[in-house]
Amino acid sequence: METYDIVIVGGGPAGLAAAIAAKRAGTERLLILERDSELGGILNQCIHNGFGLHTFGEELTGPEYAERYIRQVRELEIPCLLNTMVLDISPDRVLTVAGRDGGLRQIAARAVILAMGCRERPRGALNIPGYRPAGIYSAGTAQRLVNMEGYMPGREVVILGSGDIGLIMARRMSLEGAHVKLVAEVLPYSGGLKRNISQCLDDFGIPLKLSHTVVDIDGRERLRGVTLAEVDENRRPIPGTEEYIPCDTLLLSVGLLPENELSASAGVALDSVTGGPVVTESLLTSVPGVFACGNVLHVHDLVDYVSEEAARAGENAADYVRQGEQPEEANVRLAGKKGVRYTVPQLLDVRHMPEQLTVRFRVGQPYRDVTLCVWFNETCFRRIRKRVMAPGEMEQFLLRRADLPDDLHTITFTVEEDAK
Amino acid sequence: MYDAVIVGAGVIGCAIARELSRYSLKLCVAEKNEDVCTGTSKANSAIVHAGFDAVPGTRKARFNVEGSRMMEALSHTLDFSYRRNGALVLCFDEADRVHLQELYHRGIVNGVEGLEILDKEALHAMEPAVTQEAAAALYAPSSGIVCPFGLTIALAENAFENGAEFRMNCQVQSLRRAGDHFVLVTDQGELESRAVINAAGVYGDVLHNEICAETLRIVPRKGEYCLLDRRDGTLVDHTIFQLPGKLGKGILVTPTVHGNLLLGPTAADQDAREGTNTTAAGLANAIDKAQRSVPHLPMRDVITSFAGLRAHIAGGDDDFVLQQSAPGFYEAIGIESPGLTAAPAIGVYMAQLVAEGMGLVKKEHFTETRRSIVNPRELSFEARQALISRDPAYGHIICRCEQISEGEIRDAIRRPLGARSLDGVKRRVRAGMGRCQGGFCSPRVMELLSREWNEPMTELTKSGGESYLVVGLTKEEL
Repeated sequence: METYDIVIVGGGPAGLAAAIAAKRAGTERLLILERDSELGGILNQCIHNGFGLHTFGEELTGPEYAERYIRQVRELEIPCLLNTMVLDISPDRVLTVAGRDGGLRQIAARAVILAMGCRERPRGALNIPGYRPAGIYSAGTAQRLVNMEGYMPGREVVILGSGDIGLIMARRMSLEGAHVKLVAEVLPYSGGLKRNISQCLDDFGIPLKLSHTVVDIDGRERLRGVTLAEVDENRRPIPGTEEYIPCDTLLLSVGLLPENELSASAGVALDSVTGGPVVTESLLTSVPGVFACGNVLHVHDLVDYVSEEAARAGENAADYVRQGEQPEEANVRLAGKKGVRYTVPQLLDVRHMPEQLTVRFRVGQPYRDVTLCVWFNETCFRRIRKRVMAPGEMEQFLLRRADLPDDLHTITFTVEEDAK
Repeated sequence: MYDAVIVGAGVIGCAIARELSRYSLKLCVAEKNEDVCTGTSKANSAIVHAGFDAVPGTRKARFNVEGSRMMEALSHTLDFSYRRNGALVLCFDEADRVHLQELYHRGIVNGVEGLEILDKEALHAMEPAVTQEAAAALYAPSSGIVCPFGLTIALAENAFENGAEFRMNCQVQSLRRAGDHFVLVTDQGELESRAVINAAGVYGDVLHNEICAETLRIVPRKGEYCLLDRRDGTLVDHTIFQLPGKLGKGILVTPTVHGNLLLGPTAADQDAREGTNTTAAGLANAIDKAQRSVPHLPMRDVITSFAGLRAHIAGGDDDFVLQQSAPGFYEAIGIESPGLTAAPAIGVYMAQLVAEGMGLVKKEHFTETRRSIVNPRELSFEARQALISRDPAYGHIICRCEQISEGEIRDAIRRPLGARSLDGVKRRVRAGMGRCQGGFCSPRVMELLSREWNEPMTELTKSGGESYLVVGLTKEEL
């Protein structure tokens, strides 16, 4: 069987950065497996700018950002198999792959880096009643049709969900000559980045209807309209608030789901909040030698953070290959409570951690003028004043090894609201 | 001039076509939609009912049991997915046990084999996920599940191979008698035929009333369903029914042959013959009742919901109509549940009726079997490897969720009566039927449809008619 030191599943931003870092860390036999016909992943269809501010201090488009990594992969001569789908990963890291060129085969890996990204929540998952006509697309599918294939999904557009792709597509469809009537968001706040609301909706005069959702879909063949209704605090439609909006297109931007079917086949334990693997500070999953990074681990807001996280996964996988399996004792649990939904990593082995470790997390609702508390065991270690926190923006905290107490078993992040 | 025109390419029309194609005749199936299996046949419970529900002596009882007995062998002959998973009818109250007994006896009279009444303990040993509130259950081991698309398409392809002509997008606008034959005015002009067979589903009454003095009325009876992710397909192994109600067999929870979990249907009469929209109330009702049978259904795993229409004849005797209603005018209408189960038996019966009526003789050469599109996932590693090295398109995965390859999609398009639309591909090979519901693969499947049919993307549809997928090129309107 073909054997590699590290096989990276996915050639998007996470897989590319992980591969580059692993190669630079000295791993020789690397292989990137990519299901698409080119590297770069979803960045290839993200032709808007705003990528790379943190990494390169520049505002790049998605393809430009990807290109910087693809070039490095080429320079480092890291082999890539394109048009290759991983069908299965066994717990002992044998990958079954299929492709037009390479056929069906099995590949063994001493370490695997999961970098499959995420997918969009479809209409069906929302159980929106009505017909099932043409003209209903997830925002990312529409983005591909418009930006890569050059086709207009429709002309009169309603967008449900104010996730970033939905906001970006509101602008894109407008620029392409469509009429974007409104963006409806079931929550009382948007899940997207603030800058996207300002640049993609406000600048184009597109109304954002918070606490609204689609309650009916009309049109047997092609979409003819949707019925919008206001929702109460339990997200239930309020009778009498229904409004019919004629449109030929409904775009959905209602959440991203890490794509972990392969992780599950390998026996990787998943976090029910993130939908991604439970990992240690090394980004190691519950299966020895299997690492995870990028949106397959948890959905990120900025690609810069994906690249940074993936590079760590690559370095750690390289260490793993060089040193073999180390007795890990990840006995410190990290958790979010009281407003903090999750943390990544979820587990920490203090002896293995670097001097500084970035812990990432998200809050479950928007907050203003609150205190973020970091607890070591039952003791509050740090209180940080936060003017604004929002579910759409990922938060981070730099954990310094020198600060950690000896008897540490739990690190907890909470949001404390001021007493009124 | 045709010898016979079958109106409707649902499972009934296709079953009749297949059986009739055993005879020497010029046969045509006229379908108003773009594909076979687009009406009631595509949106139902996909159950091969054992046959204990129907009132003994009715056509429903007879053809249910006959169809159920035929299904397994037919699934081999025509190569479609079928599994005999058994069914359980729950009763929630000791007082209702008499109704279980009633079903049991009905089943015995109807000739259903293997029926058994289980007490609570035996029931839960068999299906641990079923509610503790269930007091007892009727067990019907002969009940099964089938792929309704697979069955219908297999029948159609086999009929086609044996000489039946299929006309899609060919709605019959009117039907009249002209001397010794009929004239059907259709979207494709006038068709002449010696015999007409009405298998028009929820439009069966419209066709009937064109010819027969005694009119009848079909009331579409809507059933709404939710389909759950494949990870939940093993929650129950049997089809879980509740004691049947007045309008139907009640809400069931069942695995599908593809490993998903299906729940529904509701039952609500309506006027709209194309009203296959789901409703908030209907879905809530379906979920609510399903949870009565199987609590803790993981409803966040719903991947889609849909509705189908049963062709119920209003004010009739609640039975199938299978007859020669006027000279040369044959009808298989009012085919509500257990119509899918009964379809193969109805096909045989109707074909005989027509053959006798018209004095048809059997062909010398009839091709009995049909092979389905190869499913690489069902092959051994070595066989799949060999297949891919022979034809690399089978190694190129287009639909990630269901792992469907370009080769399968290409086959679905190139076959006789091949797929013309996104939904047509989906029904044949399941591309887009998985958990992302076509988010990733739709544009790719569209490219393949465009390539294979040599049609611009702007002409492609989701399901025929005006269901265009894209409306033009970018920047056209600027």
